[in-house]
Amino acid sequence: MTELLKVEVVKVGIADMKIVKPPCSIRTSGLGSCVGVVVYDEKKAVAGLVHVMLPDSSLSKTGQINAAKFADTGVRELVKRLVKEGARMPFLKAKLAGGAQMFQFASGGDLMRIGPRNVEAVRKQLADLHIQVVAEDVGGNSGRTIEFHLHDCLLNIRTVNKGTKNI
Amino acid sequence: MSFIEKISPLQLDILKEIGNIGAGNAATSLSAILNRKIDMNVPNVRIVSFDEMIEMAGGADHVVASVFLRIEGDASGSMFFVLSLPLAQYLIRKMAGDETFSIDSTPHAELALSCLQELGNILSGSYLSSLADFTQLNIFPSVPSLSIDMVGATISYGLLELSQESDAAIVIDTVLVKDQLLADSIDGHFFLLPDPDFFEIIFGALELTAYD
Repeated sequence: MTELLKVEVVKVGIADMKIVKPPCSIRTSGLGSCVGVVVYDEKKAVAGLVHVMLPDSSLSKTGQINAAKFADTGVRELVKRLVKEGARMPFLKAKLAGGAQMFQFASGGDLMRIGPRNVEAVRKQLADLHIQVVAEDVGGNSGRTIEFHLHDCLLNIRTVNKGTKNI
Repeated sequence: MSFIEKISPLQLDILKEIGNIGAGNAATSLSAILNRKIDMNVPNVRIVSFDEMIEMAGGADHVVASVFLRIEGDASGSMFFVLSLPLAQYLIRKMAGDETFSIDSTPHAELALSCLQELGNILSGSYLSSLADFTQLNIFPSVPSLSIDMVGATISYGLLELSQESDAAIVIDTVLVKDQLLADSIDGHFFLLPDPDFFEIIFGALELTAYD
């Protein structure tokens, strides 16, 4: 790494969400069918990342819900927290990555094809909130580790066999 | 209350025994295929968060070869045979009879991947058939699927079913080691991740057979 500033990396686990401000960057590792959604306000320098597993909270069979697990509740909760941290709704932008199909099954239920459904659900939720998706890297069959840097608002995406890129 | 909080210590012991018998049979199969001694540790049954589950398999970023299959029939769940890359390379070399195979050169040859998939098929088959004998239940594996990628990306598939009901998983983990000297670098895990309704069915089946 050739970074001059020593920046702390905030890590987001599976079905988890966090908010960062400079000089921190925010990262989530090993996205498969899950989707990593970064929502940020560039001018206010605040960004949040949610690592969603499932498309819709109606899939939950229990009462209490971990909002970060589902695309619908996760995106909404993330935006709410960002606004609380000073972000402005009309200036929010989003970048997303993930939603891959890691295993090929001839049969198998809906859950085996969860990746594309997650992506679709995240896009719909962002559209409902009028948040523009400025970049995305979704689908395929590779796991992704993503890291978002606030100073240039670039999302770094690392895969095992397909190299690294910034979107 | 989540189903996981209802599990008693005795039931955890039963799960441990399932892991013991299942992985024992699988280790025997592996030993027969490779014609050498395979060691196995006592299975670990743990109730873990999703993040902890991923840590158990080496961490979200860690690259492994994993054979994944669904357990179907009377009881359902997910099963993973997770191999470190050196172990995957060793096994492919042995099975394909190709000592020049390298796991680092991609894309991998079809035959190599097929070998690993077949190995996963055989081993999980022996694991599950012993579980079926033990419980008198009709359970069978789906066709396995292989992925060489990050732990976080692959293992999360086994958590999908569970994630609809809970934020924790019960995992039956057995470590296979080729021999003691190489234990650090060469290991393989069997992970059995039962679906929520698995427990009631398995424990029910065992109680019935106990009174027969």
